[in-house]
Amino acid sequence: MTYSIIDTGNSRSFPTTHPLLEGASGEGDVILLIGEKAGEALAKVVNADHKAAILIELGSECLGEHTGESRAGEGSNILGFARFRLGDGDPSNLVELVRQPNTPESAINAAKAILEGAGLKVAVCFDFAGRIIDRLVRPYYNAALRRLDEGLATADDMDLTLKLGLGYPEGPIALLERTGLAHHFDVTQAMFDAYGESPYAPARRARVAKARAQKKAG
Amino acid sequence: MSEIKTIGVAGCGTMGAGIAIVAARAGFRTVVYDTRQEALDKSLQQTRDFFAKSVQRGKMTEEKMAAAVDKLVVTTSLDGMGECDLVIDAVFEDLKVKHDLFTRLDKVCPSHTIFASNTSTLSITEIAAGSGRDDRFVGMHFCLPAQLMKLVEMSPGLNTTEETFTKAWAACEAMGQRPVKTKDNPGFILNYFLIPYNNDAIRLVEAGVAAPADIDRAIKEGLGYPMGPLELLDLIGLDTQLLLCEAMYGITNEPRAACPPLVKRMIAAGHLGRKSGRGFYTYEGNAMFGS
Repeated sequence: MTYSIIDTGNSRSFPTTHPLLEGASGEGDVILLIGEKAGEALAKVVNADHKAAILIELGSECLGEHTGESRAGEGSNILGFARFRLGDGDPSNLVELVRQPNTPESAINAAKAILEGAGLKVAVCFDFAGRIIDRLVRPYYNAALRRLDEGLATADDMDLTLKLGLGYPEGPIALLERTGLAHHFDVTQAMFDAYGESPYAPARRARVAKARAQKKAG
Repeated sequence: MSEIKTIGVAGCGTMGAGIAIVAARAGFRTVVYDTRQEALDKSLQQTRDFFAKSVQRGKMTEEKMAAAVDKLVVTTSLDGMGECDLVIDAVFEDLKVKHDLFTRLDKVCPSHTIFASNTSTLSITEIAAGSGRDDRFVGMHFCLPAQLMKLVEMSPGLNTTEETFTKAWAACEAMGQRPVKTKDNPGFILNYFLIPYNNDAIRLVEAGVAAPADIDRAIKEGLGYPMGPLELLDLIGLDTQLLLCEAMYGITNEPRAACPPLVKRMIAAGHLGRKSGRGFYTYEGNAMFGS
């Protein structure tokens, strides 16, 4: 299966060169729209109905914002995707592939074939804010920041406990420091807006980091 | 107070047996108490097997193995704990059971003996309150399996003296473990994070966000965790997760600690996890099939 890419610039999933970008051809069975304005580029796709799949790179928005929704009957050959990446850290090898209730299996399989062919791993999920990983880890990171304020343990002991006890490669505090606490604020604020649930509300330390970053930027 | 030479372990389930291995391996005289002789016999046999494997793998010498086995005694009589300088409780997670044990131990053990509890969710201060010596009481939570995991979460109760905590900490290090200090808080550090996180994963399945295999793949590949949350839950057992949630939610009223309704439905259907052959996945032998 061949694929082509429409690049709108500043892709969070592919900030540097990658086999997926290198393997594209001029005309393809699958179209990938990547970059900041990937959703807007959907209008540029010609013969959209005849493609095996069209993949839109997503930020924190839902796929439905680009495709429309209809009584849980939504779903076409258009899918969303994002390579998981924590803040300023390098992108992981994991792509969250967003489908809708009536997305045909053929479109999902076409998308998987392209992504897996470039060495990426794919997890399929439905069209929810935060998708899989952010919905699972952001409340845990918030809890870690709140527990630090409450003096449950030192930052080092908390990190060490989760590494030794659960085999995590990195503790939550060190990880947030490395990838950017201000970015954690942005992600959790978007999820808190979407769900209104306190576990997503940005923890105090993330709020402080964001305010400092804004101050510094003037 | 004399220094800690003899360590007692009360209760020889999986956890107690593991702690006994840790203590004997480090050269402490180790007394294991349980009311069931057959449980003691079984744990002694498993301990010998574990040491024999350690020798095979070159992690222990023959001489050290002989010495460690020599250090270990088992008893069905509580009086046997009278010579211990530190007693670690690894009996059933029930406040009444633990109070009863420590009340009796308080009569048998000399005044310098430090009491410790391996509880994972109960309050150290509350257990200590029924021990007759709440100033000489600490929380000492080992990870499963204790003989392989270095981490021990240690917490003082509200009345624990600094001296008691320092001595217990030193004993923990002398056992070759890595202690971390935490507050007397339900779930301490590890379970305080893990129980709600696992519930969040169950809620993603409940809400139809993604299939278990996709959630696990995302977490492992995206974050480099050794296991996905639903695989881990199948290993822990859904019935155990329910008990952990009830204990933690009962104390904290933290919404994320509340057990998702799906867990009760799965338990009712016999989907307990690996032990029943089906949980979020189905198991045949050692092979796993995504469901």
